[in-house]
Amino acid sequence: MSIFEYNGSAVVAMVGKNCFAIASDRRLGVNLQTIATDFQRIHKIHPKLYIGLSGLATDVQTLSQKLAFRHKLYVLREERDMRPETFASLVSALLYEKRFGPYLCMPVIAGLGDDNVPFICTMDCLGAKELAKDFVVSGTASESLYGACESMFKADMEPDELFETISQALLASVDRDCLSGWGGHVLLVTPTEVHEKTLKGRMD
Amino acid sequence: MECVFGLVGDGFALVVADTSAVNSILVHKTDEDKVMLLDSHKLLGASGEAGDRVQFTEYIQKNVHLYQFRNGIPLTTSATANFTRGELATALRKRPYSVNVLLAGYDKDIGPSLYYIDYLATLHKVEKGAFGYGSFFSLSTMDRHYHSGMSLEAAIILVDQCIKEIRSRLVISPPNFIIKIVDKDGARECAWRETINEAEVAPAEAIPEAGTVTA
Repeated sequence: MSIFEYNGSAVVAMVGKNCFAIASDRRLGVNLQTIATDFQRIHKIHPKLYIGLSGLATDVQTLSQKLAFRHKLYVLREERDMRPETFASLVSALLYEKRFGPYLCMPVIAGLGDDNVPFICTMDCLGAKELAKDFVVSGTASESLYGACESMFKADMEPDELFETISQALLASVDRDCLSGWGGHVLLVTPTEVHEKTLKGRMD
Repeated sequence: MECVFGLVGDGFALVVADTSAVNSILVHKTDEDKVMLLDSHKLLGASGEAGDRVQFTEYIQKNVHLYQFRNGIPLTTSATANFTRGELATALRKRPYSVNVLLAGYDKDIGPSLYYIDYLATLHKVEKGAFGYGSFFSLSTMDRHYHSGMSLEAAIILVDQCIKEIRSRLVISPPNFIIKIVDKDGARECAWRETINEAEVAPAEAIPEAGTVTA
């Protein structure tokens, strides 16, 4: 079993009309055993920027702490929050610094830019960025997620429809992956508000 | 076959550990205390490689004491858990500790809490947790019978059920267990569950004096 499959994870982000949604599963496992069903994989950098980290849980925690630290320093110096594109470059650089002993995480970054244009991107554990206009996925359930998102996604969805779509795509995909699941955690971010919801799916 | 498990009840947290010190097929002793008292209101139950376990838990204990000496107030359980995770995470890519840790503590304003920290430095706040082969049995037993806010009597019954399950279903199960509790009155030993008493295994027999051995 690969080290990326040690804890089990599923993260997905989708773009809508002037909004984005980011969702993850809630299982924390150790190989075949489930330790917890309320593990937090999506971290807030600032109210309009979120990062979801899949992969080895210890590196998820280390990396989210390091990124929060770097962002706080940025805010102190620049006196403003980081733009999503800048943050993506920061994450990419941080990961590539450890090129020959990497953090075993694959981040999904989602944010609203200066003019509230949604931005999503994903990268591998070495920091190779993949920008996308529709959706990005990561984790042990990534193959199922690609299929589900490709079939369910439509361009320019309103927030309610986007929320429904990402929830269905996440739950359908993690049901086919034994290492992720136990519900879902969805964040829908518009220029004015943030909806956070916990999904109840197949609890197994 | 080290077993450590713990749970949070109504105003208390329990940490249970087996007490065998084993080297390959040999059992050195059956009364090894693997649940360390970090300070007046914290317990650290550890399982893993013997040297790492003792060294790492003593290191954490001394640092917790140092913080109290320097700052005059004790660390909170959450801060201790994050400190422990930080030490494990820093060591992970240099010289990793093979120690799994269950940290239980009581804070006046928060109440009891239990933190699961595995050897890779994965930290999670839990209501019930377990390590080792025994976890396959104790976690399922706790899933079935545990509920939030259990009384001490009910929790001890659950712990005994878990120990019974481990003893009957784990192939080389440890003979003895120690149960430690932490609540508003502090961290202390609660009970032992023994099937082998160390004193009986090595009785202090009088060695016959020279000259009295009959041919």
